[in-house]
Amino acid sequence: MKFSMERAALLRAVAQAQSVVERRNTIPILANVLVEAEGESVTFRATDLDIEVLDRALAQVEKAGGTTVSAVTLHEIVRKLPDGALVTLAADPGSGRLSVSAGRSHFSLATLPKEDFPVMATSEYDCNFSAKAEVLRRLFDKSKFAISTEETRYYLNGVYMHVSDGEDGKVLRCVATDGHRLARIDAPLPQGADDMPGVIVPRKTVGEMRKLLDQDDMDIAVSVSETKVRFATPDITLTSKVIDGTFPDYTRVIPQGNTRKLEVDASEFAKAVDRVATVSSERSRAVKLQLDEDRLILSVNAPDSGAAEEELAVAYADERLEIGFNAKYLLEIASQVDRENAVFLFNSSGDPTLMREGDDTSAVYVVMPMRV
Amino acid sequence: MPALCRDCLTQFDAGPRCPACGRPRVLRHDELWNLSIAHMDCDAFYASVEKRDNPELADKPVIIGGGRRGVVSTACYVARIRGVRSAMPMFKALDLCPDAVVVKPRMSVYVEVSRQIRALMEELTPAIEPLSLDEAFLDLTGTARLHGAPPAVMLARLVKRMKEELGVTGSIGLSHNKFLAKIASDLDKPRGFAVIGQAETQEFLRPKPIRLIWGVGQVSQDSLERSGIRTFEDLLRWEKRDLMVRFGSMGERLWHLARGQDQRRVTRNAPMKSISNETTFNEDTADPDILDGHLWRMAEKASDRAKAKGLAGRVVTLKLRRSDFRVVSRRQSLPDATQIADRIYRVARGLFDQMPAGQSYRLIGAGISDLVPEAQADMSGDLLDPQAEARAKAERATDAIRAKFGANAILKGRTLR
Repeated sequence: MKFSMERAALLRAVAQAQSVVERRNTIPILANVLVEAEGESVTFRATDLDIEVLDRALAQVEKAGGTTVSAVTLHEIVRKLPDGALVTLAADPGSGRLSVSAGRSHFSLATLPKEDFPVMATSEYDCNFSAKAEVLRRLFDKSKFAISTEETRYYLNGVYMHVSDGEDGKVLRCVATDGHRLARIDAPLPQGADDMPGVIVPRKTVGEMRKLLDQDDMDIAVSVSETKVRFATPDITLTSKVIDGTFPDYTRVIPQGNTRKLEVDASEFAKAVDRVATVSSERSRAVKLQLDEDRLILSVNAPDSGAAEEELAVAYADERLEIGFNAKYLLEIASQVDRENAVFLFNSSGDPTLMREGDDTSAVYVVMPMRV
Repeated sequence: MPALCRDCLTQFDAGPRCPACGRPRVLRHDELWNLSIAHMDCDAFYASVEKRDNPELADKPVIIGGGRRGVVSTACYVARIRGVRSAMPMFKALDLCPDAVVVKPRMSVYVEVSRQIRALMEELTPAIEPLSLDEAFLDLTGTARLHGAPPAVMLARLVKRMKEELGVTGSIGLSHNKFLAKIASDLDKPRGFAVIGQAETQEFLRPKPIRLIWGVGQVSQDSLERSGIRTFEDLLRWEKRDLMVRFGSMGERLWHLARGQDQRRVTRNAPMKSISNETTFNEDTADPDILDGHLWRMAEKASDRAKAKGLAGRVVTLKLRRSDFRVVSRRQSLPDATQIADRIYRVARGLFDQMPAGQSYRLIGAGISDLVPEAQADMSGDLLDPQAEARAKAERATDAIRAKFGANAILKGRTLR
């Protein structure tokens, strides 16, 4: 194998591959990227056995073939090469090394045979559809903060992507929760997605996929089966196993009868929460919200370190209410709001609270209150 | 040289026997009147209590431990002569000493005796740091004027009263810091009284093995040994900086300990780091129902202790010992600290469910760590488990009923599994 590529294109391809590679793993070849040259293009493939990323790039191929080499080392080398350099990669069958040359720099890297590289079995997908990058980006960006890290509830360690009934017909819906807060984000159902099975997309996959979604208008090909999900751009294909478990029935978690409505400028609100929470050194900082007619008093009382209070002018017309929340959770949901005011719907100080952006029900958040 | 008769507490200047009572149990040391940090360690505490309450056992080898299959929790000195040690599996102990009388521990009795010993210690100083039911550090610095006698006399009187009034014996280590006091109490057991003064500290430690340091277990020992450190003498050859580079914060401590320096104070309540309970089964079991019943009981016990201490934990731990004696432990951090048995149990059960099915175990334990005051615990409910709050309330109500009518007034069905 021998081919040459411009540094920037090579860096992009290798960067995607190396981020999938697990830093610590016991199987040496999983630290490697499989590089294969054929025709006019080169593919870079990396896997952690749960996720596989395949990146295609154009190159001047002199000799077809392939090998595997440490993804992290190759990435570091390419990253440190000068911008605009032409990089040549050549496998030397005699020494079993891969030579990387650019200008006066020359590297020789150990390889492992490409036959040993575990390639994820191709499988049949039940459903294939296409979605704009910006649509997928919104679905996952706004839900991923609520993904649980509790391994004992492994079925919450991802985003539940499925088809559901929205107010105006069927929607593509993403839900994530850790038992303390929940995010439910809807998008119009893309054509051809009607029969998509619901799948739990693991946290790491969500992070890796996000890198495919930077260009708003890019069409992303999505394929889903009961066990796998695949996201593909013309250059990159990301295939991932999904979490083998049942996502809990989240619909009963979303309060329907909350009537006490608070409307507040989300960014002012977030800043105030952040300010008052400063005095508490506890890890789960509790912020108390005292609501009275058109007035919100945020307060924190930490016996060991101090107290803080801040008043905000808000729209609130219901009865007096006192309710406590974890400051971090409040900040996280408030920062999801980017266009309009945040609308909170409360019931009592012990019941889950609902938050949405203005009257938009396509993004709904639920947060559990805290005893204060 | 200052001397003290341990029987009649006469203070005198020299001589092999007490000038007042003529007995030979005499303590002599240059610094005897100046040292004030002590460690009191009861001699085979549980076994002594059993022998006290049942004189027939007096000259028999007695082992305290749970059931046929548990481990030895205490062996009396007669059994120790035969090689029985604490923490030894019971079957091994009985191999060594087939005629041993095995007594099931009566914790409530030991707790009561411990409380009585504590009361005697309280008369000496408020600076008491209990390490367990049967041992404690005491700082008697500055109490000589109050008692009209130096610490050594008061300590000799303490063990004398323990023997006379409570019928249990203890050994005293007296020195100028906790580290040395703890070592000293072990030098002269049972019914011992050992003194390590400032002057001989370095010489005393020099040839001693490093495992003397409390808290240096097999793992640390191995890592020290790889660096050529077996004795305190080896340790003295190291520069402080090199020790810190090699062993981190432990390195700095080792440097000081090598020189017999220990600045830790005797504090009344050393903060607890974890609360856990475990049980060894009569027979190894892989039966999920039996294991589940044990897991619930252990979670409930740990929860009871946490509630009694006003503490809660951010981490739930599960401990298992497999039939081949390998220990497996798993932990799960919680977003919200807890002291509720139901939550501890459910999280531990989740950890258990991740273990390979069908495994056979001999021990199971559950507990909490990363402790915080209970005011910071169980502050929010679980969206996905709306019943959790109701169960927690039921548990609090159960606790209240038990407080009034006794521990068995109300039980969960699974306790009986």
